[in-house]
Amino acid sequence: MYSNEMRLEFISKSSNEAFARISVAAFASQLDPTIEELADIKTAVSEAVTNSIIHGYDKKQGVVKISAWLKENEIIIEISDKGKGIENVEMAKEPLYTTKPNLERSGMGFTIMESFMDKMEVKSVVGLGTKVTMSKVIKPKTDKDEEEFKMLMTNT
Amino acid sequence: METEFYDKDKLLVLKITSEIDDHNVQEIRRKADYEMERYMPKRVVFDFDSVTFMDSSGIGLVIGRYKFANMIGAKLGVSNLSGSLRRIFDMSGVSKLIPTVELN
Ligand SMILES: Nc1ncnc2c1ncn2[C@@H]1O[C@H](COP(=O)(O)OP(=O)(O)O)[C@@H](O)[C@H]1O
Ligand SMILES: [Mg+2]
Repeated sequence: MYSNEMRLEFISKSSNEAFARISVAAFASQLDPTIEELADIKTAVSEAVTNSIIHGYDKKQGVVKISAWLKENEIIIEISDKGKGIENVEMAKEPLYTTKPNLERSGMGFTIMESFMDKMEVKSVVGLGTKVTMSKVIKPKTDKDEEEFKMLMTNT
Repeated sequence: METEFYDKDKLLVLKITSEIDDHNVQEIRRKADYEMERYMPKRVVFDFDSVTFMDSSGIGLVIGRYKFANMIGAKLGVSNLSGSLRRIFDMSGVSKLIPTVELN
């Protein structure tokens, strides 16, 4: 059913954010995404991972887990923590809603995940943790795209 | 971050040269505030030309600097936004608050 699968675990240090999004992007690149599609995936992963680190675990240390699957043209990404959880998920997903405005948080994390990916689902239990599942279909490249690309390469 | 100050126009250009995420943003914020306080410019422009990645921490960064600029009597603008940066700023209302300017 899945053509490929990966798993990644790291402790909740903000210096791991870049490593996390780059790893998932490298995995996603097997689907031959455009630069824009890859940027969308990196941004969505960065939002979910940052949320686990700064909201889920706050200043405590914990483990953030990422699993990702490839299924035909689709990538499915699951990011989870065993942090404090979210009391009201619907409210948390509202644009501009943040519980940390003092840290210059914008409250746009979930909105960005929702609009940069095709699907996003949040499951959270207070005291147990949060799991965000997102997926995105990578559009197959047409022959025309490939031809244009080849033209570009030979002209430069 | 690379800083350039044009004395004649009292223009401060802050060119961000790192990725903008929750990990890096603190350092960018600190430097930007320091440079603004040091030069007391009339105009400040954030140049995003070398920014290869930005998530929502960029929104807080720019809005925070907008407030700081207001405090010292300066106007803030942004420049050289790529497609995905532009989308993030449009989505969050930053684009309505802070104008995009051309740098030459
Ligand atoms: N993994 C998580 N654990 C606990 N709370 C979370 C988690 N992710 C998000 N939240 C809550 O949802 C709110 C909205 O998240 P988000 O849209 O990313 O905005 P921001 O991170 O800027 O606050 C956060 O302020 C926080 O209260
Ligand atoms: Mg967030």
